[in-house]
Amino acid sequence: MGPRLRAAGLALPLVAFVSVTFLGPMVNLLTKSFYDPEVADALPETMAALRDWDGQGTPSDEAFAATAREFVAARTERTLGRTANRVNRVASGMRSTIMGGSREMAEAAAVAEDAGVEMGGAFWRETMIGIDSRWGGPEPWRALRAAGQRLTARHYLKALDFERGPDGGYQRAPEAWRIYVPLFWRTFLVSLGVTLLCLVIGYPVAHMIANSPPKRANVLLLLVLLPFWTSLLVRTTSWIVLLQNQGIVNDFLVAIGLIGDDGRIAMIYNMTGTFVAMTHVLLPFLVLPLYSVMRAIPPAYMNAAVSLGATPFQALRRVYWPQTLPGVGAGCLLTFILAIGYYITPALVGGQSGQLISNMIAYHVQTSLNWGLAAALAALLLGGVTLLYVVYDRLVGIDRIGLG
Amino acid sequence: MMVGGALSPGYRVARWGYLAFCVAAFVFLIAPILVLVPLSFNAEPYFTFTEGMLRLDPEAYSLRWYRSILDGDEWTRPLANSLIIGISATVVATVLGAAAALGLAHPAMPGRKIVTALLISPMITPVIIAGVGMFFFYSSLGLAQTHVGIILAHAVFGAPFVVITVSATLAGFDWTVMRAAANLGANPLVAFRRVQLPLILPGVISGSLFAFAASFDELVIVLFMGGLEQRTLPRQMWSGIREEISPTILAVATFLIVFALLALSTVEWLRRRGASGGQRAG
Repeated sequence: MGPRLRAAGLALPLVAFVSVTFLGPMVNLLTKSFYDPEVADALPETMAALRDWDGQGTPSDEAFAATAREFVAARTERTLGRTANRVNRVASGMRSTIMGGSREMAEAAAVAEDAGVEMGGAFWRETMIGIDSRWGGPEPWRALRAAGQRLTARHYLKALDFERGPDGGYQRAPEAWRIYVPLFWRTFLVSLGVTLLCLVIGYPVAHMIANSPPKRANVLLLLVLLPFWTSLLVRTTSWIVLLQNQGIVNDFLVAIGLIGDDGRIAMIYNMTGTFVAMTHVLLPFLVLPLYSVMRAIPPAYMNAAVSLGATPFQALRRVYWPQTLPGVGAGCLLTFILAIGYYITPALVGGQSGQLISNMIAYHVQTSLNWGLAAALAALLLGGVTLLYVVYDRLVGIDRIGLG
Repeated sequence: MMVGGALSPGYRVARWGYLAFCVAAFVFLIAPILVLVPLSFNAEPYFTFTEGMLRLDPEAYSLRWYRSILDGDEWTRPLANSLIIGISATVVATVLGAAAALGLAHPAMPGRKIVTALLISPMITPVIIAGVGMFFFYSSLGLAQTHVGIILAHAVFGAPFVVITVSATLAGFDWTVMRAAANLGANPLVAFRRVQLPLILPGVISGSLFAFAASFDELVIVLFMGGLEQRTLPRQMWSGIREEISPTILAVATFLIVFALLALSTVEWLRRRGASGGQRAG
């Protein structure tokens, strides 16, 4: 066995493992964001009959008959609810149109069968429009057809706050109705803010550690590493204990008379809580790469700058800062990437106003069960993060992500 | 340390400002964690220091929240789950990760960069995205709400840590030594055991500690995929924080802080040992 083969053979088990347990799910996720066969599979004849319809007026008699047949059949099998939910996401109100309508269609079919009436397309056209006049217009048919597309961009359009206009085309939602783009924007701003705050706090800290004598540097480093190793849940708990209304900080402020007992400050379950807790959690991720860069900078450069007549501030700005830029870039990028996908902390301490895009993704996975939309939101976020990693790779090299 | 020499008053003010700022930053980093420890001994069901505690009255302190951890299975079951899941995931991650690192470090490894990127990708993907993807995929395979599903997910998150730490111990490894061993009649397995294993062992141990700690603290996957039977410690803390926060959580938190201290000391000790032996990890 050649060395090439042996080396590859050693890596192969993990490559296979990562491909199956991680890459597979990611590909599946991306697929879910634009491939949605459920309605098409549930109503195949309806979709076939709607294929040739021009989208104006009403479709053919054949389409009425196929729709009624499949609605009644799915209703008996109790699978219509799921389908109706899907269609409802395309055009709200469709759930009741389908569920209520199908009950009356089933009754009409039973009556017609008893009377020996032939249930052709003309019969169903008349019956369905009689049950709900909306079937006489194009809207419900357009919704059905849109929901029945297997390959679809509608999850992405929804994730970018586009909605269906009256003519069936897509347009941007009115400003007050936009949810996701503002949330992406908020997530971006919060991540940027947290990253900058971490940089402002972390830069002097890393500098102090890098320029302390070895013994003291080790102790200081431990002070950064302990939070790094401490459970996220523990750190979040401690911020709740500190910042809540009856918490330690408020108690202290009341005790020293800075605020009255009725003037306690709301520092948690809002954006402040998210901001403070995230900064605390992410600070080590910025300090550690900065420290490893700063440690390698010889003090001789600064000394030389000062002995050549630079003030300490000039030396700091013109000599020291530029040398730390690789660490600043790497640390900021890593912190930003971690911040943008944060879920647990905002969910626990963010209240209503401190929620980020990841919380919305979790909501659609667990509560609204709109998995297509969740997949599209996750794919958009993943796209953004991948873009940042390309930058990171250019700047630092992806294979040089360290553990401090 | 600023450069000496120019000791103008402005400089001195800046230097004191710098020192004060750094001290404040370290307090910000560490105080929120340490404040939980004394509070976990509170005799009252409060999350704040009582007057008795401030007077250091022994009556104000008690072990009641530690005893309540052991009452019933509210916390012991999650702890057992966390240990089962964490240890299983760590074993898988360590074996696969160490082997992969050995392969990647070999000069003959084909496609090193792309393979490394693939192996590291679970660690650097925002966990919410990975969690959603795994939840969809594993549910369709019937692996949601099983221990196996969570163990597989945690193993794939943990493996990159092992790859990174073991690779670091192999940086600068002289591969001709292996050829020399072979020439002297050692078969590859013996050569590995006698030459490479002692070298990579510190990396393997710290990597597996990272992997275990990652699993022990992981919540997003468990939130999506875990059922009642898979409640782990972080999952139980999550419920504790969201539903009804009881000071027992402070005792659990203190336990986790002690765990973090032990893990951190071990990794640091291993790294120093590695560093003094001429190898440098990290």
